[in-house]
Amino acid sequence: MAYSDKVLEHFKNPRNVGTLDKSKKNVGTGLVGAPECGDVMRLQIEVDDATGVITDAKFKTFGCGSAIASSSLATEWIIGKNVEEAASIDNMEIVEELALPPVKIHCSVLAEDAIKGAIRDYRIKNGLPVEEEAKAH
Amino acid sequence: MSKRMIYLDNNATTPCDPRVVEAMLPYFYENPGNAASRSHPFGWVAEEAVDYAREQVAQLIHVDPKEVIFTSGATEGDNLAIKGVYEMYKRKGNHIITVRTEHKAVLDTCDHLEKMGAEITYLDVQNDGRINLADLEAAIKPTTILVSVMWANNETGVIQPMTEIGEICNRKGVLFFSDATQAVGKIPVDPKATGVHLMAFTAHKMYGPKGVGALYVSRKNPRVKVTAQIDGGGHERGMRSGTLNVPGIVGFGKAAELARLEMAQDAERLSKLRDRLQEGLMALEETVVNGNEAYRMPHVANISFKHVEGEGLMMTFNQTIALSSGSACTSASLEPSYVLVAMGLGDDLAHSSLRLSLGRFSTPEDVEEAITLISNGVNHMRELSPIWEMYKEGVDLSKIEWSEH
Repeated sequence: MAYSDKVLEHFKNPRNVGTLDKSKKNVGTGLVGAPECGDVMRLQIEVDDATGVITDAKFKTFGCGSAIASSSLATEWIIGKNVEEAASIDNMEIVEELALPPVKIHCSVLAEDAIKGAIRDYRIKNGLPVEEEAKAH
Repeated sequence: MSKRMIYLDNNATTPCDPRVVEAMLPYFYENPGNAASRSHPFGWVAEEAVDYAREQVAQLIHVDPKEVIFTSGATEGDNLAIKGVYEMYKRKGNHIITVRTEHKAVLDTCDHLEKMGAEITYLDVQNDGRINLADLEAAIKPTTILVSVMWANNETGVIQPMTEIGEICNRKGVLFFSDATQAVGKIPVDPKATGVHLMAFTAHKMYGPKGVGALYVSRKNPRVKVTAQIDGGGHERGMRSGTLNVPGIVGFGKAAELARLEMAQDAERLSKLRDRLQEGLMALEETVVNGNEAYRMPHVANISFKHVEGEGLMMTFNQTIALSSGSACTSASLEPSYVLVAMGLGDDLAHSSLRLSLGRFSTPEDVEEAITLISNGVNHMRELSPIWEMYKEGVDLSKIEWSEH
């Protein structure tokens, strides 16, 4: 199966790979997937408490090219957005942007879940109201 | 190919040896005859070429040429052997024993027969990929008509204890079939001396053309019969109808002859190259070889690189190196290799595996470049891997509550 150019581009030059300091109160971490399933994504956000804007995001992903591209794209999209905007990103937007084939849609779902997981973690750490659990997959 | 590719996927298929191609060429235009045409020289030439190839193939596996049935490949051979034996002998019993790590051509055929009323026992394998002989012996019962065990595994190269299995089958009076696709032409294979009564193999895994294979069916001690699965003109002693693929068969014969003459030196050279490749990759941390290393094909290594996903890893070098992964992220199932899982590897290690299979045209330069590129890829993917980071921080990954999806 051939990958789209956009997947290949993100795979070759992944954006925002790395780790944020978990001990900071304004850093939220989302860890989704499982090694047994062949993909694990960790996405972290750093939020400006005053404005609610995501000032930085980092990811690390164990998975195929599409999983890496989905998480790379997710970090690129959420930096500069406020938390609410980031939470509204839908996995199908990632599917469209990266032209993922049906067998790779789960990669985009993971990326969406990772964003939501990071936001949830940030909100819990800061005593903010947590929205209902992300849709189950 | 514009750019030089390193081909380490010889268990998928081998390049056709140029000497094989050369042998085949006259049978496309100059000698176009149908081997079944008995009334003119075109047919006689074709028949003679097929007879000669049958001898070449028979000689490689030390059997009588009359015991070689040409097929379209090993999948057809597996189907013909298992379904053909079942139909021929089902009055004696309906029980077939096979192994979880068999090729899909065997497993799916057994699955089909199960729906038709057969009883199938799937033997487990030990962690090294080999079956436990006591398990086999215990599984045989009065209704057992066939035991089907592959000679060497396509994913790991692990070789089964064939002589011991043959001894058990013969003692119990049960037919023994082997899918020997990965073994024939690469290591000495002698079904008669091993107690194998039927054996499927194919040309394209031994530097011959695709689309042609053979089924060995014993004619003496015991005389085995299989019910034809393709009806028609009664070719191949009635066991496999259909006009013979004369150029393909000629190529198969030539490939068998070359294998017979060159197998020993190829195997010796390739086992050294494979050992070097394995040693080079095992220099990376947290790396394991899958399958029994003492009973293994000389050209194969299956290696898991912990905390790196195989398909993503392959993407780091697939413009230069061709090989296979035990991770099936491309398939709809998302299930990792069932062979590795049957050997007791966790799904995570199965997802992290690569199958490296060398061949006659592999060079020391290929191996050195592969070591460099794969090592770089593993290091790169580990930099990207959250579970590698956690492992390095001393986190017990088995204690984490993963979100299954």
